[in-house]
Amino acid sequence: MFDPVFLPAAIAAHAPAILVAVPLLLSTVAAAQPSGKVGWALALTGVFVALLCAIELVFATRAEFAVVSYAMGGWQPPFGIEFRIDGLNAAILLLLSVIGLLALIFGAASVEDEIGKSKRSLFYAAFLLCFSGLSGVAITGDAFNLFVFLEISSIGTYAIIAMGWRSDRRALTASFDYLVMGTIGATFFVIGVGFLYMATGTLNMADMAVRIGELSGNRVVEVGFAFILVGIGLKAALFPLHLWLPNAYAFAPNFVTTFLAATATKVAFYVIIRFSYDVFTIDSGFVANAMTFVITPLAIAGMLIASAQALFQADTRRLLAYSSVAQVGYMLLGLGIATGAGVTAGVLHLLNHALMKGALFMALGAFAISYGVRRIDDLKGLGQAMPATSAAFTIGALSLIGVPFTVGFISKFYLVQAALGAGWWWAVAAILASSVLAVFYCYRMLVALWVSPPLSPEHRPNGHVRKAPMTILVPMWILALANLWFGIDAGPMVDLARTAAEAAINGGLAR
Amino acid sequence: MIELVAERLPFVAAIILMMVGLYALMATGNLVKRMVGLTLFQTSVFLLFIAMGKVFGGGAPILDYKKLKADSLDPSTLYANPLPQVLILTAIVVGVATLAMGLALVVRIREAYGSIEDDAIAEADYAIELEKGV
Repeated sequence: MFDPVFLPAAIAAHAPAILVAVPLLLSTVAAAQPSGKVGWALALTGVFVALLCAIELVFATRAEFAVVSYAMGGWQPPFGIEFRIDGLNAAILLLLSVIGLLALIFGAASVEDEIGKSKRSLFYAAFLLCFSGLSGVAITGDAFNLFVFLEISSIGTYAIIAMGWRSDRRALTASFDYLVMGTIGATFFVIGVGFLYMATGTLNMADMAVRIGELSGNRVVEVGFAFILVGIGLKAALFPLHLWLPNAYAFAPNFVTTFLAATATKVAFYVIIRFSYDVFTIDSGFVANAMTFVITPLAIAGMLIASAQALFQADTRRLLAYSSVAQVGYMLLGLGIATGAGVTAGVLHLLNHALMKGALFMALGAFAISYGVRRIDDLKGLGQAMPATSAAFTIGALSLIGVPFTVGFISKFYLVQAALGAGWWWAVAAILASSVLAVFYCYRMLVALWVSPPLSPEHRPNGHVRKAPMTILVPMWILALANLWFGIDAGPMVDLARTAAEAAINGGLAR
Repeated sequence: MIELVAERLPFVAAIILMMVGLYALMATGNLVKRMVGLTLFQTSVFLLFIAMGKVFGGGAPILDYKKLKADSLDPSTLYANPLPQVLILTAIVVGVATLAMGLALVVRIREAYGSIEDDAIAEADYAIELEKGV
């Protein structure tokens, strides 16, 4: 076991299990509560406990190649289910619980605005299911267990996306489309796991990694990898498989969009790293080819095409959703470069993107509460009406473009460096072209915000204007300032990303 | 060729079911029928898993307790691999939950749009988009 840093030793020894089990169990309690406030408090407790465990695990995996292995129920791996945490998933868990906590604080007011009174505690129960499912995906070391957690999180996600039906009934069809595509993706994943099991006879990922190393050139294993890549690619919104994402983000409640945009695709992206770098090794020609000839072209196509699509959106959240698809492209490009620097840049962008999208969607949530803003035209003149929120939104948008002194610049800088290190000048050109497109779509929103004359009151979507409460403004400003802080002092984020990349490439599950 | 297929008959069946499911999913505009296709698609994977656990000539993986106690178990006895079946039990539960979620959504869509046909829903949404300019 590991030396606990601040939790009592008895709890720290079970931190991996507590991280997943507490939110999962609290979701059943939350579902039985008549009052939405109690449901919210339970959700907050669950996510806070998860955050404490995640911090503990990050400290435990700071050392080089440190791995925390937890045998679930005392059944020793590879036979029992193993929770296995190294630098890579510790970073993901930390991101997940920090964003979860901030989003929940933000959500208190936002959910009250958008969800019916009798449904609130059920909504938080579904959120806790989604949260614990995502952390389960990130923490588990068992391939089939990963599928089960993936489906737990997905079912919670479908429910909370559909809860946006009160403001727009298209949330229902968006959720249904996501359900169909998400299930196909998860089924593809399970087919892939089946093939791997056929060839290796094990489901434990570390064990699998050893046996796949012995089976070099086995076609069954390669087909299994392809199935897994496509299945998880669907969940991660890898470019041609992203069709579920824009509508799901545009019509879900603001709280859900904030949480999902900052976490859900990230966890799927983690699974791609885990399978392509750990379970399989990038040294095998097969995976290296998949990275160079499948992932990289799709990443670049996503960066350019999704950014171009974002230019023509009228709905603010849909615009940011298309931009998310483009940002997934940046992360995947980091993977495609397939060097230590590339993976570091990919993970760094993953963390940074959560900060910027979190800030942007929270600011949109604040606008929505005050003025019912949904379309870009509704943003007109809000710079004068809500200067503080508009400023936070602007910081997020500048970070999205990649302006110096924001986190967006740092991750693009590392990405460009990694691409140049591999001699991929054309990838640099694509990054720059996509950034230019980002300038244009952010420009549209910022001009509406700061320059356009205000809409006359009768054109406002909301007749009555309410002040956005502090519970929305505080998490929004924390994220916005984090964008600036880590843009100037990039050290902590880069360290986190570098440890993660080293754990993925060098540590490997096989050791 | 025939021999090759005959040896892998359950896999062939799984592939056919999978393709029928995927086709149903894409070809129909009716949301309930689409759920049927999705379930068929998922179920085919169950067959794939169960088939891989089967060992030729192997029986159920249940040990004779008396023989086990007396340490006189025949080591050459063949058993089917029970693990895939256990996995599929879990996957069936997951599948049922997804199906329930999907059907619940269809019910809500019917309430909101008055239809479960894709064309009608798209038309209704398009009318909103024209009106609001979204």
